[in-house]
Parts: sequence; C-alpha cells; structure tokens
Amino acid sequence: MLMAMAVAILLTVLLGLWRVWRGPDLVNRLLAIQLLGSGGVAILLLLSQALAQPALLEVALIIALLAAVVPAAFVQRLKQEQRK
Amino acid sequence: MSGDFWFDALLGVLLLVLALATILARQLAAAVMLYVVFGLMLALAWARLGAADLALAEAAIGAGLTGALLFSALARQPKSITPPVRISRMELLPALVLCIAMSAVLGWTLWQLPLQPAHSQLPAALEQLGSSGTEHLVTAVLLNFRAWDTLLELLVLLLALLGSRLVAAPEPAALQHWPLARQWSIRLLPLLVLVAFFVLWRGATAPGGAFQAGALLAAALVVLRLNGQLPALRFDMWWVRALILAGVLAFLLAGLLSVWLNWQPEQAVQWLRWPLPLAKGLILLIELCATLAIGLTLTLLVVGERKELTA
Amino acid sequence: MMAWLGAVLLILGLLFFLAGSLGVLRFPDVFCRLHAVTKADTLGLGFIVLGLGVLQQDWQRFLLMLLIWGLVMLSGTISCQLLGQYGREQTTDQEEPAE
Repeated sequence: MLMAMAVAILLTVLLGLWRVWRGPDLVNRLLAIQLLGSGGVAILLLLSQALAQPALLEVALIIALLAAVVPAAFVQRLKQEQRK
Repeated sequence: MSGDFWFDALLGVLLLVLALATILARQLAAAVMLYVVFGLMLALAWARLGAADLALAEAAIGAGLTGALLFSALARQPKSITPPVRISRMELLPALVLCIAMSAVLGWTLWQLPLQPAHSQLPAALEQLGSSGTEHLVTAVLLNFRAWDTLLELLVLLLALLGSRLVAAPEPAALQHWPLARQWSIRLLPLLVLVAFFVLWRGATAPGGAFQAGALLAAALVVLRLNGQLPALRFDMWWVRALILAGVLAFLLAGLLSVWLNWQPEQAVQWLRWPLPLAKGLILLIELCATLAIGLTLTLLVVGERKELTA
Repeated sequence: MMAWLGAVLLILGLLFFLAGSLGVLRFPDVFCRLHAVTKADTLGLGFIVLGLGVLQQDWQRFLLMLLIWGLVMLSGTISCQLLGQYGREQTTDQEEPAE
C-alpha cells in the first residue's frame, strides 16, 4: 500500500518534470522544482514508514529546510544577473 | 502487487532520463535545474536502498548546495545566462572514445565485485564495532576503520577550494535585497544550526555525520550572505583560514597522537588507530572540526569573494 | 478501521499532488502555476502526514512529520512569494520598456 502510494507520487513528480524541461523561463522551472521538492518529501515520509527507517525522516527534514534556501539563492543570483 | 518493483523501475528510468536531459539541455540554466532534480532523485534512490547516511549527504550537498554553487558560477559569467554551445563532430570523437573506455572499465570492475557473502568484510567490521568508539557502523567505518580515506577526502575538499581561487572569475554585481527573504533567513538560521549539530551528534548512534552537518551550516551561511546579512567572507581573514584548515589539522593531530600513544619499540608505527578509551572523544572532536571546516569551505566555494587578489 | 481511514487520507493527499502537478502543467500563466504548487505543498503533504500518523500511531514520529510539513509549507510560501515578486517584475519590465 505505502509503496504503491510512493509510486503514484513519483508519477506525479514525473509530470512536474515536464515543466522543468519546457518552462519557457527560469521562474517556471523554479516553481516546478518546488513541487518536486514537496513530492520528494512525501515519498521520503512514505519510504520511512515502509522500510522502517526513522532516519529517512531526517532526510525529509533536510530537504524541507533546503527547499527554502535554494530558490532564494537562485532568485538572488537572477536579480544580480539582471543588474549587470 | 509488487509496489517495490514498480518504484525501483520508475526511479531507475527517471534517473537515466534526467541524466540525459541534463546533458542535452540547450540552456545552461535549464541543465543546472535538471541537475538539482537529478540530485533529489538520487537521494530518493539512496533512501530506497536503506542508505540513510548517503541520502542525507545527497540531499544536503548534491541537491541543495551543488545547485546553488552551479547557479552562482553561472551568474558570474560575463555573457548572458544562456550561452549557446556548438561543438563540431570531430571534437566529439575523443570524448566518445574516452566515455566508452571508462564505461568498459567500470563495467569490468563491477563484474569483479564478489557477490558471495563469504568475501564480505561486513561481519568482521560488525564484530569490531564495540571497540570503535561509536555505535553506528557507517561512522565507525568512516572515522575509525577507514579514517585515512576520510582524511584524504577532507584534503580533496581543501584542494578544491584552493583550486577554485585560482580561477579568475568576474565578481558578481551588488545584490538588491528583499525584506521577505531577509526575514526568512533570520528565522531559518537557528533551525539550520540546530539541525546541523543534531545531525553531527547523532552520527555516533544513527545516520548522520560531519559532511551532512557541514553542508547544512554552509546552506545557512550562503543564504545569509546572499541576503546581505553577513559581511563578505574572504580568504585573507585569519579566522576563515583557521577554520578551513581546522578539519585537516585536527585529523592530522589526532593521527600523530595515536602514533605517540600506540608507540611500542620494535613494532610498526600505528597511524590513525584510536586507543579504545579515547576513541569516542577523538572521533567527536575530529567530526566537530570537520563540520566547521566543511561548512566554511562549501560556503566559500559558493559565495567567496576574491577582492584581496585585485588589491 | 484505522487502516481504512489512513488509506483514505493518503489517497486524498495523492489527489492533491496530482492536482498540483496537472496545474503546473496546464495552467496558462506563471502566477496560476504558483497557485497549483501551493496546493500540493499544503494539502497534499498534509493529508499524507495525517494518513501516516493514523497508520503508525507513534506520536513522536508524528510530531516530527508535522514539523516537516510546517517547514515545507513555510518554505513553499516564501519561495512562491519570491518567485511571484520576481515574475511580476519581469512582466512589468516587458510591459513598460520605456523605463
């Protein structure tokens, strides 16, 4: 049951990938990555339960924390790039 | 319903597709994004295999920090963010030969790996776990049984930083600051530092360790610097140099200490063998210094400034 | 009984993730796609956390999952807000080239 759910979420992640590949500009790609990050966290929560590995919850915590850092860094660099 | 099989198959195919897409993307920025997603999927693959330490490291370093590093490198390009890349077919031929040769060597190496449990070193390692100073097998392997390898890894990281300083990249322009981003980074900082030291501390009994903790610290420092809440970190500041070297130095000093403590006349020198009563303390000290060193090194790789070279 | 409740909650979470992905794929504009992303972040992950909490009944892990959910929601909010601001600056730049 849990692995089936993980497979399903992985498939929806696959849909989001299309936007990363195609997104006409960077903002589209960044928001798709945000979606993929949440999907990854969901899959990790399911895997932690399915494989009985509590440490995977910490991996999910790290992804949740860094999910805030990475887009902020990207956007700051984007604005830098424009100022040149 | 073998959900396991479908998950593994889908993840495997996804990883291959992402790798191909990263290489074939027409814009460098798109390639960087796809590489970040690839890192995330790789972290999921490690999680699926039950390797929580690797999943932690991949999520922190591969998905998060490397993405920021690549994008920061991209932003320092003098040209626009999407340079077209054109390579002639003749130039591709040596690369193709090299790729095929490397794949052949890797395949042959994989083939040679023994599959029989009798050849595995794991039972012997598990027996030695009690005398290693930690309760977690991965930490024991990294910082006791194969401490040499970890020391060399720290050296490699130091060399990468020194090498990156030799590349004359133009300085990024001044940043404009968003109040929202600044508020968020201030709120996030205590949590990142807390989780970093928690991960470091837990490395003794559960998945965790110095590299993961260092990557989290680096993420905190990078976002603070990008928001302008931290002054420029330059290599000519003495404390920056001291902290970066702290990891390798702590390791070397511990190694010398172990040589001195294990010294017996007429016997081979024992390098990096921790005596049992000191093992736990030594490992924790080395991991602490390594965390600070790795954190600062990764930060400098992403947001280091080189003004002292142009002075 | 608890197993059924957990399964229903998990499937609800999956539906919101699906909705988020379809939105990101099909909506015409960056700002609409940002809306879709936040649905997956908040309700999608929330239902999955609730479903797992019901299925496993270990309150410590449930608290950690709630913390993770809270962080994903907060970071998603901040990121999408920043992206929205940046997207709006992009579109106003294009609409007023005289500046």
